[in-house]
Amino acid sequence: MADPIKVYPPKPSKVYFYGTCLIDLFYPDAGMAGIQLLEREGIEVIFPEDQTCCGQPAYTSGYHDQARAVARSQLNLFPEDWPIVVPSGSCGGMMRKHYPDLFKDTPDDVRAAEVAGRVWELTDFLLNVCHIKLKDLGKPATVAMHTSCSARREMGVATVGPALLGQLDNVELVEQVRAEECCGFGGTFAVRHPEISSAMVSEKVDTLVNTGAREFVTTDCGCLMNIDGYAEKNQQPMKGQHILSFLWQRTNDGNGEA
Amino acid sequence: MSDHAHASAHHIDVKEFHPRAQAAIHNPKIRQNFRKAMDGLMTKRKSAFEGWDLETLRDLGSNIRMRALANLPDLLEQLEAKLTENGIKVHWAVDADEACKIVRDICVARDAKSVIKGKSMVSEEMELNHYLQEHGIDALESDLGEYIVQLAEETPSHIIMPAIHKNTDEISQLLHDKTGTDLSHDVEYLTASARLQLREKFRNADVGVSGVNFAVAETGTLCLVENEGNGRMTTTVPPCHIAVTGIEKVVPNLEDVTGLLALLTRSATGQHITTYFNMISGPRKPDELDGPEEVHVVLVDNGRSSIFQDDELLDTLKCIRCGACMNHCPVYTRVGGHTYGTTYPGPIGKILMPHLIGLDEGRHLPSASSLCGACGEVCPVKIPIPDLLVRLRQESVDGDKLHPAKVRGHGAKRNSLEAMVWKGWSFMHAKPGLYRMGTGMAAKFHKLQPGNLGAWTKYRTAPKLAPKTLHQRMKERNT
Repeated sequence: MADPIKVYPPKPSKVYFYGTCLIDLFYPDAGMAGIQLLEREGIEVIFPEDQTCCGQPAYTSGYHDQARAVARSQLNLFPEDWPIVVPSGSCGGMMRKHYPDLFKDTPDDVRAAEVAGRVWELTDFLLNVCHIKLKDLGKPATVAMHTSCSARREMGVATVGPALLGQLDNVELVEQVRAEECCGFGGTFAVRHPEISSAMVSEKVDTLVNTGAREFVTTDCGCLMNIDGYAEKNQQPMKGQHILSFLWQRTNDGNGEA
Repeated sequence: MSDHAHASAHHIDVKEFHPRAQAAIHNPKIRQNFRKAMDGLMTKRKSAFEGWDLETLRDLGSNIRMRALANLPDLLEQLEAKLTENGIKVHWAVDADEACKIVRDICVARDAKSVIKGKSMVSEEMELNHYLQEHGIDALESDLGEYIVQLAEETPSHIIMPAIHKNTDEISQLLHDKTGTDLSHDVEYLTASARLQLREKFRNADVGVSGVNFAVAETGTLCLVENEGNGRMTTTVPPCHIAVTGIEKVVPNLEDVTGLLALLTRSATGQHITTYFNMISGPRKPDELDGPEEVHVVLVDNGRSSIFQDDELLDTLKCIRCGACMNHCPVYTRVGGHTYGTTYPGPIGKILMPHLIGLDEGRHLPSASSLCGACGEVCPVKIPIPDLLVRLRQESVDGDKLHPAKVRGHGAKRNSLEAMVWKGWSFMHAKPGLYRMGTGMAAKFHKLQPGNLGAWTKYRTAPKLAPKTLHQRMKERNT
């Protein structure tokens, strides 16, 4: 569950960017968008080259020895005391909430807890640490949003996405019914229990389509590939993207890379 | 109820979770009944807590339960002493079988032939009806939901609302077929008919069996929360009352009940208070006009003391059986309670049942969750259900050398192929150079990406590999 009290750091001059493996392989545009949004706020972004994966897939599958080995290889990537920003509630939650458990009773416990304490979900960081002010340059659009369960419940950022979208003058945010319900991704759950997972995502797509919007944004690439993949396979009029890509596109004057 | 029905309920194979889940998902009636009921329950709960500082109340609930569990052995001794002082006979049962035998022995000693039952999940855990039937004693459920389930020769699909899987039409048809009630959509009429049928049974029953919501150690009081009055009838009309309860239900003081009760009714059914709240402090006294002449309590362990041994798993025992976790569970809502094949379905079942039946028998339970956290968020006593699911996943594959698995039947889900896959995954992701090479190759050959990814692509398109990884793009940018 989310920490009852969250103490945001002052806006730093530098941050570490933890891209996540899904963004690395499938959605690098979302990663670039996040980096450019941070840079536009005057923050220098450090991308540790040796980052791979936070270890979550093995952790939630019960293979904690393997998860720990991978997570341990990530603990050294953040030597300075700058914040670590993660464009995902899920990977952020793994690092912030579960690293201390994973390394409890090991020689790395102090270091893991120290790293965990510096981890921030990126949209939360933009809104509440950078105090970002977005200037909408896009055409009028209607979007729905799906906040991932980990962003909502582990990182406690359910209100952040809507607040950021609310800054965009030409964007109307519509809310689907049962917005807080899981989309059915759940990592390996989607392939261990494909029928249950598909029953969940089909209802999620229905409720999104019923908002009248034809596009949705989300905080997490797991949900994105689940909802988007289901909609595409079943020819539903719903297309998704990471909220960072959307925010960057709407507010960039066309000179950026992503 | 026929012997056959007991036998069929008795032999549900927990391991057949997958086929049952699939059947439930393709059963529109199940889907509609649960979705509608769960939506209603979630809305009611939310409005019942309006104006309350829910987080503070949940902290209170959690602390009350934790304080009780921290002193469990002492409290149980205190409870036994107080109950005995109040004239209540106390029995200890190490498992379900022993608990059943104790109930039967009490019945036999009184030459009792018929038992009327109030709602009790522990008695479901014991499969008490089945056991008594086998020994020539009739057991009749008097909670309306339980009565319906018994008539239908089924098991409860929800711990608070046992017949929630049925809609009014189905219940009307069932009552018509089994008891001759007229077919009707009028819930009042159907309830009144059932009430009439049961009233006679109360009068004639030799023994009443009930559960317990809270057992207060300082006063030796058994608290029973209910809405239909059947609990009060069960515990006062027959000459003998037997309460069966898990050993974890004890709380130190009477004032502990206040907070827990406020949380229980609101979390369970969205009620500010139930219609009945019974506090049972002993058998009928010489100058009293009603009440049973004998009161017994059976304190059932059945796996609980092994949960008690582990600091992390201990949280499981905080549960006050409100059912909010299942009401808010997106998996439970899709598959319904019977799919689990366990006495307790849904999130609480997934963390509790492995201790009761073993993690070998229940190895499919912990994985049947997207770990969305809705259960943990609504739990009135803050059981970290998702964390416990992860713990049990680890136990089911013996996945942590630093924290060797303890739960009975651990390791049953480990298979060498899957273990090898995770070892390979770990090898690659713990070596950044190797990772960059692998992901770089994947990006380079992204056009050759297979379209068929098994279970994933049965329902979705595959995510598309990007032509360049974020690593590659950042490297290009920096050079």
